[in-house]
Amino acid sequence: MDITRVFSTHKKLLAAGSLVLILVFLATFPLYGNDYYIRLLTVILMYVVLAVSWAMFSGATGYMSLATAAFFGTGVMAAALLEKTLPFPFVIVIGGLLSSAFAFLIGLVTLRLRGIYFAIFTFGFVMFIGQTAFYIDAHILHNIWGHNLTPLAPGVLHYMMLGLVVVTLVAIYFIRRSRYGLALLSIGGNEEAAAHMGINTTMVKVILFTVSAVFMGAAGAIMAPAMIHVQARIAFNIFNSFMPILMAIFGGMGQFYGPVVGAAVFGYLDRTLKVELAQYFMLGFGIILVAVIVFLPNGIAGLVPTLQSKLRITMAKLRKGGQTEKHADT
Amino acid sequence: MPILEGRGITKCFGGLAAVSNVDFHVDHGEIVGLIGPNGAGKTTLFNLTSGALPVSSGEIRFKGQKLNGLKPHQICKAGIARTFQETKVFGNMPVLQNVLVGAFFGSPDHMSAADAAREASQALEFVGLSAVAGDSIKDLTLVNQKRVEVARALATKPELLLLDELMAGLNAAEVSEAMELVKRIRDKGITIFMVEHVMKAIMGISSRVMVLHHGEKIAEGTCNEISCNKTVIDIYLGEETHAGS
Repeated sequence: MDITRVFSTHKKLLAAGSLVLILVFLATFPLYGNDYYIRLLTVILMYVVLAVSWAMFSGATGYMSLATAAFFGTGVMAAALLEKTLPFPFVIVIGGLLSSAFAFLIGLVTLRLRGIYFAIFTFGFVMFIGQTAFYIDAHILHNIWGHNLTPLAPGVLHYMMLGLVVVTLVAIYFIRRSRYGLALLSIGGNEEAAAHMGINTTMVKVILFTVSAVFMGAAGAIMAPAMIHVQARIAFNIFNSFMPILMAIFGGMGQFYGPVVGAAVFGYLDRTLKVELAQYFMLGFGIILVAVIVFLPNGIAGLVPTLQSKLRITMAKLRKGGQTEKHADT
Repeated sequence: MPILEGRGITKCFGGLAAVSNVDFHVDHGEIVGLIGPNGAGKTTLFNLTSGALPVSSGEIRFKGQKLNGLKPHQICKAGIARTFQETKVFGNMPVLQNVLVGAFFGSPDHMSAADAAREASQALEFVGLSAVAGDSIKDLTLVNQKRVEVARALATKPELLLLDELMAGLNAAEVSEAMELVKRIRDKGITIFMVEHVMKAIMGISSRVMVLHHGEKIAEGTCNEISCNKTVIDIYLGEETHAGS
């Protein structure tokens, strides 16, 4: 039986099959899992949303955005301020739209900046919006002690996040395959050449940066009730800008599923190791990341084609070896 | 009527005029060569035409339409495509996809995915690179990367093609292949404006040659006129012969 051939001919079927299995697992887990693990899964799903949306824009174009925490935080704050007055689904939508409005403005101003300047500006934006939100919340809206949100059952949050993951993955899958995806990739390849090939690079960048922020903001809105107590300084934690980048690099940005894998592994490590190892966690984290960058420049996803071809070569060798032995016998 | 026409084109970088008060025109169906020593302003003139840089003063017209103030993507859609002196390929894509970008976004009318794919493979076949369509572009030699750039430009269905030193760094055999390619492009009805240092190529295929020196146009004419022009020989061809001897 030729395993490699089975893999290559039924690749799509296998991918679809495992996708269905994962979805079934995620959808049924709240029925039998305990609350701790349900929450853990929800956090992982949140990181999937952040990492995949980040990679859609920054991975393709090479514009390193550090604004993820700003968009996520905007969603969290929107939920904190609105969850008592509006039905929660509306809150999620508003969180997403508000984030994308910010992204649109940042995009207009900064996407003309290149390289490091864009990264620094987006980093500064997180600081700025965090402080501003804190000031407005505490001194204008007089919520000095932050917000206590209406608790939602872990299962409910899990299903909302799962819904968002599905929407995000489907949307980004199609964006990547669309002409916009190709345009983004060509901007990452060579922006000047892309412009000379008829691509309105500024427009493409602004639109897709805006789209990526919708998912991040919605993720923030859904996570807000899980945080129970929300303050602007917690909501706009810069950590949320770096985690998706690490996950995307770890998983590999060339493939669609790379950031998903990265988010799953790192999200799990994040929650479990942090509890058990506290500050050593970041150390271990750093070592793993450096190892990945040095040994697997294309991330975990980059391993798959390499392993496949290696497997094929070994199989071919084995078969050849078998044949020559036969020849030797005759 | 000229397909491309420039009047009083000037481009200053700080106090330095890289191109100063240049008038030029390219007629439909021509191959016009643009020569001059390093730093003469040839590539700058291309950058002004393709919209990569704004002109400081003067006016560039393409088929009578003013190009001043248009962005590169608009100029590309209007029908001017270009290649780059230092290749600017999309290193993160396979060869065919590089060309596909041109077909998808560059042509004036909206293309379906199937049409764009067909257009891209035709352009790739035209430059003789069908065999490497699926390869990573980084694995190609510089010569072939330049050809991909030509294919990518052709996929945008241009009426005017700007070739910036297509033949730099090519050996003799490759130069004649490239000359053949340029002629075939002209025979498709595409007008060509090319910067070139390889004299054999310029003199072999251009219908007209323009000489820039320190940002000024110092001569213009047929190949014979240019090769007999005393100023040109002094400042440019002279240098080459000295360098060669």
